[in-house]
Amino acid sequence: MRDRSALDRFLRTDPQDVGCEEAMELLHVYVDVLVANPDAAERYPGIAAHLRDCGPCSEDFEGLLAAVAGLAT
Amino acid sequence: MRGVRRLSTMADMATKDRAAIGTRVAGASTLDPDSERWLRSLGGTEAERRAALVRLHDVLLRIAHSEVRRRSGHLRMAGPELDDIAHQAADDALVAITAKIEQFRGESRFTTWAYKFVIFEVSGKIGRHFWRNATVSMEAEDWDRLPDRFGLEPAAESEWRDLVAALHSAVDKVLTDRQRQIFVAIVLNGVPLDALVAELGSNRNAIYKTMFDARRKLRAELAANGYLETETSRTP
Repeated sequence: MRDRSALDRFLRTDPQDVGCEEAMELLHVYVDVLVANPDAAERYPGIAAHLRDCGPCSEDFEGLLAAVAGLAT
Repeated sequence: MRGVRRLSTMADMATKDRAAIGTRVAGASTLDPDSERWLRSLGGTEAERRAALVRLHDVLLRIAHSEVRRRSGHLRMAGPELDDIAHQAADDALVAITAKIEQFRGESRFTTWAYKFVIFEVSGKIGRHFWRNATVSMEAEDWDRLPDRFGLEPAAESEWRDLVAALHSAVDKVLTDRQRQIFVAIVLNGVPLDALVAELGSNRNAIYKTMFDARRKLRAELAANGYLETETSRTP
């Protein structure tokens, strides 16, 4: 049933999702907290929920995390 | 009313996340030494400020190059175009940072705050660049692409045929014109969300919320007709 589950996942929405505006406004804080403490997702559930569902914001998050972690060369 | 409740819930969640961050700011009695150095030099004498801006631009350019390289795997762009985007992103980020530096409140390291600007600039420029080489029509509506978009195997068509037909009907029945336009662009035509933002002159939050509402309505319709389970609280 992998096929149906992809569509099923796509149509699921998380009521905790704060949306792009809030997530992007607080992204730098979220990333710094996450670097110091991997449990940041529990402290900021609205941002974590958004980053799970929004491809572009998740891409920005990964980029910022890589930059802060010193992976940028 | 459901829409109002959902927006209230989103606002509540944002408030909770903000409250958690407020606690962090209150707990941070001083800036970290590196952030303090950046702010001191950027607010120092003209010579100190100029030197700091050059240093900051160098850092932003390095981050921008790294970010375009990180994203280049799924972009149809050559080296010079990527290089150009990195330079423009670093330049524009520096302008934005100097204009907004008074808004830096020390909730994070200064560099994390500054890097965010250049990451967003790279993101926006790549989104706009999509249309230079794209052959996608905003009017096209090819429903035969839907199975492929969700990795539905032709060999298993008997398992998903009715579901896909029901989804098409639900799009016809429950979406507004705007929701349908965005659903078709993103899902059927594969337009990246940031490219759609550029094409429609909108912003990421507005497009995401429109798509969020469309997904919720489609799922409810499919669940009501027995094609999917009713949505319950989701396990991350």
